[in-house]
Amino acid sequence: MGLNALTAHELKRLFNDGRAEPRDVLRDIYGRIEKAEGRLGSFTYKRDPDKIFSEASDYGRGSMLSGIPCAIKDNICRKGEPATCASKILDTFKPPYSATCVKKLEDAGALIFGRLNMDEFAFGSSCETSCYGPTRNPWDTTRSPGGSSGGSAASVAADETIIALGSDTGGSIRQPAAFTGVVGMKPTYGRVSRFGLIAFASSLDQIGPITKDVRDCALTLKAISGHDEMDSTSVDKPVPDYTQYLEKDLSGLRAGIPKEYFVSGVDREVEKAVRSSIEIFKELGAEISEVSLPHTRYAVSTYYIIAPAEASSNLARFDGVQYGFRSEDCDNLQQMYVSTRSKGFGEEAKRRIMLGTYVLSSGYYDAYYLRASKVRTKIRNDFKDAFEKCDFLITPTSPTTAFRLGEKSGDPLSMYLADIFTIPANLAGIPAISIPCGFSEAGLPIGMQLMSDAFREDIILKAAYAFEQATDFHKRRCPDITN
Amino acid sequence: MNKMPYRIDIGLEVHLQLRTETKVFCSCPVKFGALPNTQTCPVCLGFPGSLPVLNEKALEYAVKVALALNCTIENKIKFDRKNYYYADLPKNFQISQFDMPIGREGRIDIVMPEGRKKIRIKRVHLEEDAGKLIHKGAYSLIDYNRAGTPLLEIVSEPDMASPQEAYEYLLILKSILAYLDVSDCNMEEGSLRCDANISLRPEGCDSLGTKNEIKNMNTFKGVKSALEYEVTRQSVALKEGSKIVQMTRLWDADKRITTAMRSKEESHDYRYFPEPDLVPFTIAGTFVERVRESLPELPEIRRMRFIKDFGLSTYEAELLSRERRTADFFEETQGLCRSPKAVANWIMGDISRILNERHMELSETKLAAVNLSDMIKLIENGTISSKIAKSLIEEMMESGEAPGEIISKKGLTQISDESALEGIIDRVIKENQKSVTDYKNGKKNALGYMVGQVMKATAGKANPKLVNELLHSKLS
Repeated sequence: MGLNALTAHELKRLFNDGRAEPRDVLRDIYGRIEKAEGRLGSFTYKRDPDKIFSEASDYGRGSMLSGIPCAIKDNICRKGEPATCASKILDTFKPPYSATCVKKLEDAGALIFGRLNMDEFAFGSSCETSCYGPTRNPWDTTRSPGGSSGGSAASVAADETIIALGSDTGGSIRQPAAFTGVVGMKPTYGRVSRFGLIAFASSLDQIGPITKDVRDCALTLKAISGHDEMDSTSVDKPVPDYTQYLEKDLSGLRAGIPKEYFVSGVDREVEKAVRSSIEIFKELGAEISEVSLPHTRYAVSTYYIIAPAEASSNLARFDGVQYGFRSEDCDNLQQMYVSTRSKGFGEEAKRRIMLGTYVLSSGYYDAYYLRASKVRTKIRNDFKDAFEKCDFLITPTSPTTAFRLGEKSGDPLSMYLADIFTIPANLAGIPAISIPCGFSEAGLPIGMQLMSDAFREDIILKAAYAFEQATDFHKRRCPDITN
Repeated sequence: MNKMPYRIDIGLEVHLQLRTETKVFCSCPVKFGALPNTQTCPVCLGFPGSLPVLNEKALEYAVKVALALNCTIENKIKFDRKNYYYADLPKNFQISQFDMPIGREGRIDIVMPEGRKKIRIKRVHLEEDAGKLIHKGAYSLIDYNRAGTPLLEIVSEPDMASPQEAYEYLLILKSILAYLDVSDCNMEEGSLRCDANISLRPEGCDSLGTKNEIKNMNTFKGVKSALEYEVTRQSVALKEGSKIVQMTRLWDADKRITTAMRSKEESHDYRYFPEPDLVPFTIAGTFVERVRESLPELPEIRRMRFIKDFGLSTYEAELLSRERRTADFFEETQGLCRSPKAVANWIMGDISRILNERHMELSETKLAAVNLSDMIKLIENGTISSKIAKSLIEEMMESGEAPGEIISKKGLTQISDESALEGIIDRVIKENQKSVTDYKNGKKNALGYMVGQVMKATAGKANPKLVNELLHSKLS
């Protein structure tokens, strides 16, 4: 096993003791990528190893992520690097700026060396809508790693990076984390600056870490969080050192089990794994009670109005005028728009743009967007009520384990339902984490989701850490996929 | 417009560029005339991943305008996206305000020969300007320097009943806006733009007729002409029994006609929805109060004060108060010489004539209030004649020199010394015996002729009053 299989906090100890150097880790990572990428397809871009190796020699001591290799989802801008969102329309785009979270990670010493595959513009739950082709699940390469941050989750699970950043609009960090057996967190809306994240749905998007364990998640979250003058939706609240909450005893914490998340349609093995996890929480000292989030069943339909509406407007700028792909097959401005967008966007992107345009159209706005906004408030209030009775909620992350590539790609509705348990947290703006909680008989990872009230990442990190210490699901490595 | 069987309803939409130092959602400078695309950044270019952040100064200016137009201020500030595709619009949506404008239900008064009339202001809202397209034959160039400049939209109710009322409204509105010092208010340069909505309805009909929107006017006079053209066009159509079709029309200033641009069916569906990148927020009452306290004295109040304090006529007060710089100049000058009437006469007379001839603003000349005041004092104490003063004023505006300096340089001091004048007067009498005879025979205006001769001989420097007296005593 190489250094690439370790966590950030384990590597840090080795660096401090002088037993390893960042360039050794990078060497192992690039070696692993060379072997695994042919099967996985996690990356859309990797920096020149020689350059990053020489950069790495300056790191290794100092702050917590110093010298830790990190890869980012292809919708997060890093100055001078392509940022394509896995879309042909942004094929040639290189932003002249870095996202705030990228700057913060680099300030913390992280070595950002590559960019990760995703569903085009984060539209999808399988990583299959990428213009570069799908990423495969390292636990079973006939299966999807989930999406849209499929590349981020697969690369962490397959030890192609130490930590990764993803983005989560309706579950895009948590569902792939669950499918690949890693830790993924969507922070509170406003916790992490969105400046430099190519927007999908501005009121739902949030950047978050995907890591091998909870401690790395806490470390990464601390590094990227905080108010940013460049993002008016980022909240000016102090960022705690999340690692200080990582304890093994959960006495006094109240866990709620929302009954609406244990319904028919949930895979039997998934439900079983989550139910036995609840028992472990009980043993750890948490008080368990059932709660109700009555508007949960409207979440998916609400989401599929608000998210495409915002997306249709956010993606309007990709018109071939200033940057990215421009179709030459045109004689006037109108034709340039139509041809560029017809050729530049994939099917799912077009579907969402049309959906969004429709729900915002004059005469339909009240029936769709306005009503969805009102339901969103009700969903938010459900959580508010629940968090008066408990400190955090336990649910499955996804109703199923990883599905086969191609299994749902022809059926958008069944694909949309893959996010049924993750969407509510985005609509409510609350933090949620997915951690490994078991394996199916076929050997596929099962994820469990913990949610807490806004800006209470400390609670779910604490609960997740205690659970992780009491179990060893996170230690299991995916099978050898190099031969 | 002669008797017409139709009533006219006109509403105006005015767009005002705010002269903030930086753009409304990024920190690029608002600068006119810079090289194309040099005043831009990822935010105003709408690059992916960039986010807008509201410029507080733009909000302050917007509140200032809304207050000056007597609007109610919305205490919650919310922005919306107006979605449409155009090459000068970097994001293909404009950040604007839809259902919660900063100000609403305001009013201003216009003065018509038949009296004062209230024009209601429907809304005042803040938005971002687009870039500029420069068309070059087969292709077009885009300059994004203007993109993101704060823009205020001021929408009136359809309360104007004639093109002349619309014209007066624009004059008064501009006067108020210029007082606030938040914009250049220059229509030709595009910092103030105006679109008009006009409809006709039969006399006695309670509901508005079908409106047409008129765009592309570049001057206030152009707005008036375009509206006059529309009144004729629409009334002819109605008389012929045709239906007015709702559409947007373009004013052609050369041909002096409007032409159809797009019909209602072809108009955009803007798909407004709340801008998710700017969280709605509440403005503190103290903020609004602070802005209210910073409002300058507005032209209407100032006009009334000019009448009351300086004894000016309504007409004089109106002319002098309309522009803030003129009014300030008037007050400063009169404060120094305490002769309000004389100052008013000079500003409204020779000074404005010279400005008109040269197409200049008062502020573009070098005329200083202290110099005008000194000149008026010199006239009053008899050092110079009004005639000399008329020749001085032009030079003072050009060079900025004090009147005293010009007078001594050119030897223009009035001759008020009897002994200096006596020889000239004697010579004029000797050379104009016919006039002397005429005068003695009762032709009183013969004296005037001889005064003129003396003035001519002294190059205008003789004190005319003294010349009159001397001639009179010598001939009687």
